[in-house]
Amino acid sequence: MKQKKKSFSAVIGISVLLLFVILLENISALIPGLPQVFQPTSPLFTVLKKAAVYSLVAVSMNLLNGFTGLFSLGQAGFMLLGAYTYAILMVPADQKEQVYYLFGGCAFDSSLMDVLGKLFGTSGAGGAVSMILSCLIALILAGCVAGVFAYLIGIPVLRLKSDYLAIATLGFAEILRAIFQWQKLGKVTNGANMIKGFPTFSSFNITNSSGQIVLRLSTFVPFLIVSLCIVLIVLLINSSYGRAFKSVRDDEVAAEAMGINLFRHKMLSFVISSFFAGVGGALFAMYVANAQAKAFTSVMTYEILLIVVIGGIGSVSGSVLATFLYVACSEWWLRFLDSEQYIGGFKVPLLRNGFRMVIFSIVIMVIVLFFSQGIMGSNEINIGALLNRFKKKERKQ
Amino acid sequence: MSENVLQVDNLQVRYGGIEAVRGISFNVKAGEIVTLIGANGAGKSSTLRAISGLVRPGGGSIIFEGEDISGKNPTHIVSKGLMMVPEGRKIFPNLTVLENLKIGAYLRKDELEEDIAKVYEYFPRLKERSWQEGGTLSGGEQQMLAVGRALMGRPKLLMMDEPSLGLAPIVVQGIFEIIKQINSAGTTVLLIEQNANMALHVAHRAYVIENGKISMEGTGAELLNDEKVRAAYLGSTNK
Repeated sequence: MKQKKKSFSAVIGISVLLLFVILLENISALIPGLPQVFQPTSPLFTVLKKAAVYSLVAVSMNLLNGFTGLFSLGQAGFMLLGAYTYAILMVPADQKEQVYYLFGGCAFDSSLMDVLGKLFGTSGAGGAVSMILSCLIALILAGCVAGVFAYLIGIPVLRLKSDYLAIATLGFAEILRAIFQWQKLGKVTNGANMIKGFPTFSSFNITNSSGQIVLRLSTFVPFLIVSLCIVLIVLLINSSYGRAFKSVRDDEVAAEAMGINLFRHKMLSFVISSFFAGVGGALFAMYVANAQAKAFTSVMTYEILLIVVIGGIGSVSGSVLATFLYVACSEWWLRFLDSEQYIGGFKVPLLRNGFRMVIFSIVIMVIVLFFSQGIMGSNEINIGALLNRFKKKERKQ
Repeated sequence: MSENVLQVDNLQVRYGGIEAVRGISFNVKAGEIVTLIGANGAGKSSTLRAISGLVRPGGGSIIFEGEDISGKNPTHIVSKGLMMVPEGRKIFPNLTVLENLKIGAYLRKDELEEDIAKVYEYFPRLKERSWQEGGTLSGGEQQMLAVGRALMGRPKLLMMDEPSLGLAPIVVQGIFEIIKQINSAGTTVLLIEQNANMALHVAHRAYVIENGKISMEGTGAELLNDEKVRAAYLGSTNK
């Protein structure tokens, strides 16, 4: 009963959030003369899109590092697999010549979208259906490819413990990056060049016949997909499997003595985490509108690890919260530190290119010093409890 | 009542080149409390770890309810109804008391409510703390939780590795009371103890392990009155 009420309010909360995102995106068209922040070109939307994508990857990493206690640093590698799977499947046939010009065309003639286009048509509502369906299939396949690779690499490396596992997975990600840049695979991966031309988030904006945007959905789409994935992860964590993951994290010997098969559960967590990292990678490719192996460095993994640590290892809502704060700081709020600023005639000292990173690092250090468990520790944001506390305070007054 | 639930024959356990258990044989009959007593390093815990599948035995056989389970994986052994309360309690510190209990029944897919109620009946203290994280409990409560967690698996044979370790005498007494209750409710118990005095008082039969071998066996009362046991384990001598 209590559980039902809880999940009901969660569904309501997420729907409200998604509606709010649609409204926010389109508000500048509804009410003219709003400040720059609400215009479609504003950094606000860049931050929202990127943070949505990153929060999925952060939560997937948290599932592995925070809930199962496996210290893996392969996230960027699995993102790369997802991004490339999506990109290779989705470059439309008429774009292939141009994208793969260095290699004289692509190994595959048509894309997923072209195949579905034959079924549903390529323009109007049929075109929309074939694009949405093919995107969904490609996203799921992106996750599956990452999951399959995770399974294969998991067989040897999941026998390793802590630091050794981290090194092995990090190495795996680096090897993948090198392989995908290999010129001999150019017909598939486009070598060291980027793959582009596939549908991105802005392809989901609804336009009228003359090409004008009627309804913007380019921020809504990543929010929708990511919240769906995170809900799935949360359901998993709250299931008996999730409990088993946590018990493996807490005490391997005791978990084994309770009959929990350590290897099987570690593998399950690893594959599921990688699946969602793969979906996250595909979404990342949609966000930056290209797929390029160069982008998926270990620095990206560290960035996500940092987010997980700041948010609180073992807290899903912490990871999400931290992602939005982190991305907003690095992409938007601290940008002004990178250029010279004048207050009246006074030139503010120190501000120059790169100073943002100094401040950013200090902010992170302060957070780590004062919130040694991360922002949320291992707790979750509980709106019901917050409301209750608020009510109690009101009653006291 | 006289059927052998567990029959261990010539069990050997090696860690690298060290022989921890050198051919131990004993049996546990349905409805009994059997205890293995011995000093540190005698091979008690290694015997238990081999039975529960956590280490691979180097030789010998372990027959549980007619099936040789030596070298089988712990998942299989637990699913047959052989649960262990590990040494040093090893509860899951970041899971709540209730979650800890549920993990004990992980291999069972049926309803847990009845079993949870039963565990709470044995240990009312756990019910009060069901939402508390395991790591915040006191030592005695953690031991209760470890026993309760094992009971959640509906064991046919419950094995306990030094339940008295690091607990105050009064708490130990409570734990042993519960062990007796659990036993009289129908669960067979294999108890491993250094606290020979307590163990021999509750046990129907007992084995003494020395240097990886059984050196003596008998009923609890027999061993309690044995001169050598008194000298070595009960500390009532003038060496």
